[in-house]
Amino acid sequence: MTDLGPLVPRQRDMHPVPYDPDYKTSVPRSPKWPLLSMESTPSEETGPRFGHGVIGPLDNNLVLNFATDGSPAIGERILVHGQVLDEFARPVPNTLIEIWQANAGGRYRHIKDTYLAPLDPNFGGCGRTLTDDQGRYQFLTIRPGAYPWPNRGNEWRPMHIHFSVFGHSFGQRLITQMYFEGDPLIARCPIAATIKNRSQLDRLVAPLDMPMARPLDFLAYKFDIVLRGRRQTMFENRLEGL
Amino acid sequence: MPQHLSNLTETASQTGGPYVHIGCIPSFAGIEGVYPQDLGLSPIQPGALGQQITITGQVIDGTGWALRDALIESWQPDSAGRFAGQPGADPAVSGFCRFAADKDSGEFCLTTVKPGAVPARTGQMQAPHISLWIAARGINVGLHTRIYFEDEDNSADPLLARIEQRNRVSTLIARKTGEGAYRFDIRLQGEGETVFLDI
Repeated sequence: MTDLGPLVPRQRDMHPVPYDPDYKTSVPRSPKWPLLSMESTPSEETGPRFGHGVIGPLDNNLVLNFATDGSPAIGERILVHGQVLDEFARPVPNTLIEIWQANAGGRYRHIKDTYLAPLDPNFGGCGRTLTDDQGRYQFLTIRPGAYPWPNRGNEWRPMHIHFSVFGHSFGQRLITQMYFEGDPLIARCPIAATIKNRSQLDRLVAPLDMPMARPLDFLAYKFDIVLRGRRQTMFENRLEGL
Repeated sequence: MPQHLSNLTETASQTGGPYVHIGCIPSFAGIEGVYPQDLGLSPIQPGALGQQITITGQVIDGTGWALRDALIESWQPDSAGRFAGQPGADPAVSGFCRFAADKDSGEFCLTTVKPGAVPARTGQMQAPHISLWIAARGINVGLHTRIYFEDEDNSADPLLARIEQRNRVSTLIARKTGEGAYRFDIRLQGEGETVFLDI
């Protein structure tokens, strides 16, 4: 196999802080000691690959993929699309993206979610797709509702969609959240605020993308994702012991 | 002004939240029928070569409480040290598994084959290990760590050798509890905190 080079080290200051007292659950769940840094090895540079065989025709259509009585999900219909690139701006093709979200009322279909808003019998809340040869992807879904959660006295999550992306290396593994342009709850959210770099948080806010909206059908939002890159130089192979 | 670099910055992580299972293990969340089956149910198929092993453990927070909502992914080579897709790799080993801490006990269980050794970039051999990635509510950036094995020779492993506090090395080594059975607890914080990796 071609050696694509080691993974570029993560810029930890471009990510959320692990420990943030304003997000209370992070307090007992964040490691106290520094991470052990080391150059990547094949264990991190390889990773699971998923073929088109695992993807069903409705997997990226959350409006229809849980239509138990045949009706589409309730809510504001939206297209969420974008491109997955690496840090060197190379497209990441054929990589699995999974999303999950609350329904239009802000309720998750999960055994542990007991929020007052009703479940939609035709909305499951999960979807998945593979990026195309240019790293592009699309989902059709409904706009998730904001919802309250126990943290400080009166806490509300902004509307958001969870994203899980694999890349081609286990070391590229990423889970993040997409927010919506113009949502006033973003600025009040302690989870969003675990990201201390303002432009990094802004990059999680998907803009309304009217040219991609389909008249009389759905609005569109664009959400691009960047994964860790792999450094390719002519000088990567060091002799043992050097 | 110097020339402009056109590199991009990695997208910031966010916590997977309490309902991470909806997207990753829908059946755990109580969602059936969207996909034929969850992804990564097992890293091996019948006929996988090598010693079958079971690793159990918990993900424990800084107060000593086992998480009931943790999602764990594992990635490993086959028993000869080849990753899926590499020439000669065991076709019965996908190497990828996804599993959740039990919602009542917090226990997780991984059944797989013991991985073979894989060299580092220097050519130096690493001791057999399984890579782990942990996501949960309260974990803002997914945590990487590794499982090594008590009954393997770990003395020359380059990653373990970099751990300055030698008393912490044992946090990455699964304890043998029986034939083919191991215990590996992950401590997020506090006494015996697991060594997590920036790799």
